[in-house]
Amino acid sequence: MIDLAGISKSYLMGQHRVDALSDVSLNIGQGEFVAIQGSSGSGKSTLLNILGILDTTDSGTYTLDGHAIENLSTGEAARYRNRFIGFVFQSFNLIHHKSALENVALPLYYQKVARKKRNRIAMEFLERVGLGERADHKPSELSGGQSQRVAIARALITEPALLLADEPTGALDTQTSEQIMQIFREVNDQGMTVVLVTHEPDIAAQAHRSIVLRDGDIVSDRLNSPL
Amino acid sequence: MIDPLIEVTDSLRTHKVRTALAVLTVAWGIFMLVLLLGAGRGIQNGVELQFRDDAVNSIRIYQGKTTIAHNGLPRGRSISYSNEDYRQIQAKVAHVDKLTARYYVGDNLISYGGQQAAFDIRGVHPDHLYLEKTVMTSGRYISELDLLERRKVCVIGAQVVTRLFEEGDAGDPVGKYIELGGTVCQVVGVFTDVGSRREEETVYLPVTTAQLLFGGSDRLHQLMYTVGEASYQESKDSEQQVRKLMAGLHNFSLQDERAARIYNNLDEYKKITDLFYWVRVFVAVVGVGTVLTGILAVSNIMMISVSERRREIGIRKAIGATPGSITRLIVLESVILTSVAGYIGLLASLGLLELLKATVPENEYMYQPDVNTFVVVSVTVLVIVSGTLAGYLPARRAAVIDPVEALQPS
Repeated sequence: MIDLAGISKSYLMGQHRVDALSDVSLNIGQGEFVAIQGSSGSGKSTLLNILGILDTTDSGTYTLDGHAIENLSTGEAARYRNRFIGFVFQSFNLIHHKSALENVALPLYYQKVARKKRNRIAMEFLERVGLGERADHKPSELSGGQSQRVAIARALITEPALLLADEPTGALDTQTSEQIMQIFREVNDQGMTVVLVTHEPDIAAQAHRSIVLRDGDIVSDRLNSPL
Repeated sequence: MIDPLIEVTDSLRTHKVRTALAVLTVAWGIFMLVLLLGAGRGIQNGVELQFRDDAVNSIRIYQGKTTIAHNGLPRGRSISYSNEDYRQIQAKVAHVDKLTARYYVGDNLISYGGQQAAFDIRGVHPDHLYLEKTVMTSGRYISELDLLERRKVCVIGAQVVTRLFEEGDAGDPVGKYIELGGTVCQVVGVFTDVGSRREEETVYLPVTTAQLLFGGSDRLHQLMYTVGEASYQESKDSEQQVRKLMAGLHNFSLQDERAARIYNNLDEYKKITDLFYWVRVFVAVVGVGTVLTGILAVSNIMMISVSERRREIGIRKAIGATPGSITRLIVLESVILTSVAGYIGLLASLGLLELLKATVPENEYMYQPDVNTFVVVSVTVLVIVSGTLAGYLPARRAAVIDPVEALQPS
């Protein structure tokens, strides 16, 4: 499903160019649950951003579900993100002036789904993450765990083929983290490909496959348990 | 279309202070623009009141005295007109539309029943009606047939009616006979005149009748005509022609402007309209400048808004917003903001203008300040275009926000 070949990416930090990824090649199949680990600055977030078509590469090719990604215009990339990819971030990234329901429904707004219909679907997804009764609450009225569940509902509402999560449990306590991971396992069980970036070994251990990055290189790629 | 509107109003509601400030700035700009345009029109209306007495497009030819010796004739010679002058102008001068002469009889005692008073009597042609902007309230004006048959008929002003015909007297004076200068004339019409009360103290006779009754043979005191739809330049040409004609008929120098004093009303009117053209330009420049300030303020506010909403825009992009949809969102926000604000300003200024119209009495400085539909439509278009322009730059900036940078934890 995901095919990265010879991906490199560098950033200019002041006067110096820093290599975030160096000649990374990676294949991730449909339905895999992959954890990407590494210390800070190892390039794991850059890799996730490239996978999510939020960032571009300096060189190499990226094929997602058979489509060459590196040649997409910004508009096409946006439409791909909307249809194929769901994002979950460490800091939730909910829009503060919108209710939980409106936040969840937002991706469908960009698919031009009618308001009534998208609110109905958003309600179903909120109920799926156990927050049906919090639909009208603003993000500031939700706990960290609740906010992250709203963010997950928003990521899932378009039923994407790929779910990308950047430190999704980084800001949560252990018990809440476990609830979040439970949702990830469930959607993965239903066939969704899940890629999550984490620096927590016990979270990474729940994935089927662990990839470790160091200084922009993949230094380890192993299966945690058979698929 | 409803969805983006809801998105925009949602955003505007969230940032109440910012929205209120932007609305205030644009509303004030539009308010001032419309008010200035309305006041400009009001001042023009006031000044135009001075012209309402007579036809604006008229040329008046008064008698004079020569000041230059010509063809062996001395200076200081009086020039007087006759029916021949009337006929010559009618036949030879271009752009003559309505033509009349005046034979001034002067103040004379006029009586009806037991009442008696002195009024100004003038002999005129039928077209005098248009030159003087006379408004008939009953009966008719002097006719060609009256002139031809030298009928003893007259048209009297409203003040004459008030003074001669007592209240409660058998109604309309039309058909009644009054005595003027020892002759009995039948009243065929009553008029009012918007110019002045003095005008309504006048009695008009057919010019031929006046000449007959008051010993004028074929003399005329003044000639006047309108130039119809002729342009200013054409009216000047017509004025030159009439001067040349008079100089030929009365044997005076073409350079002698005092021999026949010719006044072109369009000269004065043009001076005023030229002045008001520049007043309008000035008002428009000041008004548009005020609106421009409003646009810049909105653009600035939108720019700040985009900076504040950097993260939100990053989130929207991450979940599928295209650069185009972000641009549309910001531009639409700006257009709605300026449109609503513009309409508040427009309604407030129209309300104030209506209030002024209703309360300021008729005067020659400021009268009936108003704006026409063209101004209202133009302001509407201006507001929408301004809104788009004000939003475009911030929108472009929003469209190129890099979601990776925008989503970095702060």
